[in-house]
Amino acid sequence: MLSRTADHLFWMARYMERAENTARMLDVNYQMSLLPQSEQAAERGWRGLLGINEISGDFAKRHTRLTAQSVIDYMVDDASNGSSIRSCLMAARENARAVRGTLTTEVWETQNQTWLEFQRMVGDGAFQNSPGESFEWVKFRSHLSRGVTVGTMLQDEAFHFLRIGSFLERADNTARLLDVKFHSVEHDAFAGAPGSRNGSQSQSQSQGQGQGQGEGEGEGEGDNPHPAGKDIEFDFYHWSAVLRSVSAFEVYRKVYRNVIRPERVAELLILRPDMPRSLAACMHELVANLKRVANEQSKETLRLAGRLDADLQYGRIDEILATGLHAYLTQFLERVNALGAGISRDFLVPMDS
Amino acid sequence: MRPGFDEMHDGAGAVREHYGGYDRWLQEQPPQTMQRRREEAEVIFRRVGITFAVYGGKDDPGRNGGTERLIPFDLIPRVIPAHEWRELERGLRQRVTALNRFLHDVYHGQEILKAGVVPAEQVLGNAQYRPEMQGIDVAGSVYSHIAGIDIVRAANADGSGSYYVLEDNLRVPSGVSYMLENRKMMMRLFPELFSRHRVAPVAHYPDLLLETLRSVAPASVSDPSVVVLTPGMHNSAYFEHAFLAQQMGIELVEGQDLFVRDDFVYMRTTQGPKRVDVVYRRIDDDFLDPLAFRADSTLGCAGLLAAYRAGNVTLANAIGTGVADDKSIYPFVPKMIEFYLGERPILHNVPTWVCRDADDLEHVLANLGELVVKEVHGAGGYGMLVGPAATAAEIEAFRAALKADPKRYIAQPTLALSTCPTFVESGIAPRHIDLRPFVLSGKTVQMVPGALTRVALQEGSLVVNSSQGGGTKDTWVLED
Repeated sequence: MLSRTADHLFWMARYMERAENTARMLDVNYQMSLLPQSEQAAERGWRGLLGINEISGDFAKRHTRLTAQSVIDYMVDDASNGSSIRSCLMAARENARAVRGTLTTEVWETQNQTWLEFQRMVGDGAFQNSPGESFEWVKFRSHLSRGVTVGTMLQDEAFHFLRIGSFLERADNTARLLDVKFHSVEHDAFAGAPGSRNGSQSQSQSQGQGQGQGEGEGEGEGDNPHPAGKDIEFDFYHWSAVLRSVSAFEVYRKVYRNVIRPERVAELLILRPDMPRSLAACMHELVANLKRVANEQSKETLRLAGRLDADLQYGRIDEILATGLHAYLTQFLERVNALGAGISRDFLVPMDS
Repeated sequence: MRPGFDEMHDGAGAVREHYGGYDRWLQEQPPQTMQRRREEAEVIFRRVGITFAVYGGKDDPGRNGGTERLIPFDLIPRVIPAHEWRELERGLRQRVTALNRFLHDVYHGQEILKAGVVPAEQVLGNAQYRPEMQGIDVAGSVYSHIAGIDIVRAANADGSGSYYVLEDNLRVPSGVSYMLENRKMMMRLFPELFSRHRVAPVAHYPDLLLETLRSVAPASVSDPSVVVLTPGMHNSAYFEHAFLAQQMGIELVEGQDLFVRDDFVYMRTTQGPKRVDVVYRRIDDDFLDPLAFRADSTLGCAGLLAAYRAGNVTLANAIGTGVADDKSIYPFVPKMIEFYLGERPILHNVPTWVCRDADDLEHVLANLGELVVKEVHGAGGYGMLVGPAATAAEIEAFRAALKADPKRYIAQPTLALSTCPTFVESGIAPRHIDLRPFVLSGKTVQMVPGALTRVALQEGSLVVNSSQGGGTKDTWVLED
């Protein structure tokens, strides 16, 4: 398959995944804003959301006040913000259009329809009038896009590059989300060297991002001792929101059958191979797809991916926490970025004549 | 003013026989149904992304990601009875065969020039003549593998109609995807119509196209690798390029995906370089190879001409076909048919005055108000004067231009193009139409029984080009 075609497919999948993650993050924050909370807490939530994307600076240039409305506007429909839902859906659709002949009709029409429908919704003010429903819509369009890809595409190279794009992006997003969320509770056990996060992972072509801050609703438990003597209610809402943002709240219950504890949240989202948005699951899929498209020059990239996969497969959460979660995640993001660069070099950037 | 010719109704207003079935069906349809179907068609075209880009369009670029428009699609088909199509098809095969023979001759022995049938200076001095092609043998001696011949029907004085060839498009004719998509849309919206009529199918066009392209691969290649070369997604016909590549199951490449090494063409793939044997190129000659033609072109591939001349790749269409479809060459096509095939032309040309000829120029200047004047190298409905529809100032401007550089122009009588009932704001009204069938030439000459019908949606307008507000219709060739 043409290198350029593979490149478009890879980015189409990445941008669709990114749109979904932006929507998830916004949704969780929005849901949290419906709960009673102080103004500072609300602001902290929206600020954290921008922090995950490392676009606080850009936001500050464009908006004088940080409010729910200004952040939603910025993250939904601002064409100048590369992480906004608009930018991601448009980029996904433009990449799809460039290779529409390689996609099945259903995949292309899904992508095209999403973009047309999004413009209509923005025009109708849907994201202002019913934000929850609209964020849900973005999520479901991403589900549909993924489903129609898996359900209709021939499992050839085109398919594998789409999958590689999805999982690379998802790994990046989950890691960012965890990093910001654990950092925001400033928990000694997790922060490693406290305050050392400087939030400047560099990415080659993209601006990655993760998911939401905030809390969700849900039934409390609270008969449990928990670390650092923090308010149990805060802990519950904080961590259940993190879980909800990656659709893992019910999964957590099912897996642990226990109260929500930060180290288990970290374990679930980093190491559980059967949790679809965990780092381990993403890397596992990435390696499997990478093997299918291997060429003569991709050995080193495959080696790096395999090693990262093995680290996650045989890693233990107590070890990771002992090194410091922030340091661990920072290193993980660097390795994921290196993988992205390797994939581009080996497959996507045109080979030399 | 001559009487018009309507495809559906005769001079007395009665429905013509081949439209009888459709007319009865249409009478049964409540108006709301047709309105709903029109809206449905538009939604589907948008969702499928059957759009075209407009050059210099200006509707809010940032927000819509470029200027993509729908070509208006009209629900009333243009119907051609079987016996008319048979005659058209014979004429088209004859004409395209002769044009390919002419191209081979021009780039080899030039017998037709020596015989004085076509003036030599008009061919050799033509900007579309490519000296690079002189003496080059192309596979199967075919130059225009895909030809789109524009045909109109004009009313005669007695109220009957005759088909005329208006223009031959031998370079990179487009529109065939609309022929196919319009049919798909009609079958989706009105399946019952197709059970009531015997409409000849056209969906196998991509198969014929692929067969044609494979049949003209370099002789040494047994299983040729064929690609479609597009200028990219911002080209107005990008949808068609992507559509044809997908339908044929071959790669859609851009110039940047290709490179030439040792006079062979390769594409860059995820598994390394891969040989390319046949390029169905949708890029004009000028942009094909920056080493040979326009040096500033980023759309083509450096070294392509050298690989082509070495016989290691087939370009479809060949380089230099423009010398045969130029408007100044057009008047000679009937003579070519007689010269190469020894046959009488089946299809008629529109009478044409060539302004480089002093007598013709005099006639044109004296009758500007009644003629259509076209630039020899113009295309897409740009740069033309439609005398009866023009203002006095427009006519005077053309008069000055004609006098200044007469050889740039030809003129033809203003034909009363046939009309076909069409949905417009006020209901159903007659609008002018033309017809573009596609002729494929490889080992054999092949066609599907169908064509693209374009319709001028403005009342009275004769300009059917999509870039100027034209629409399209499904075109039915009825079987006996």
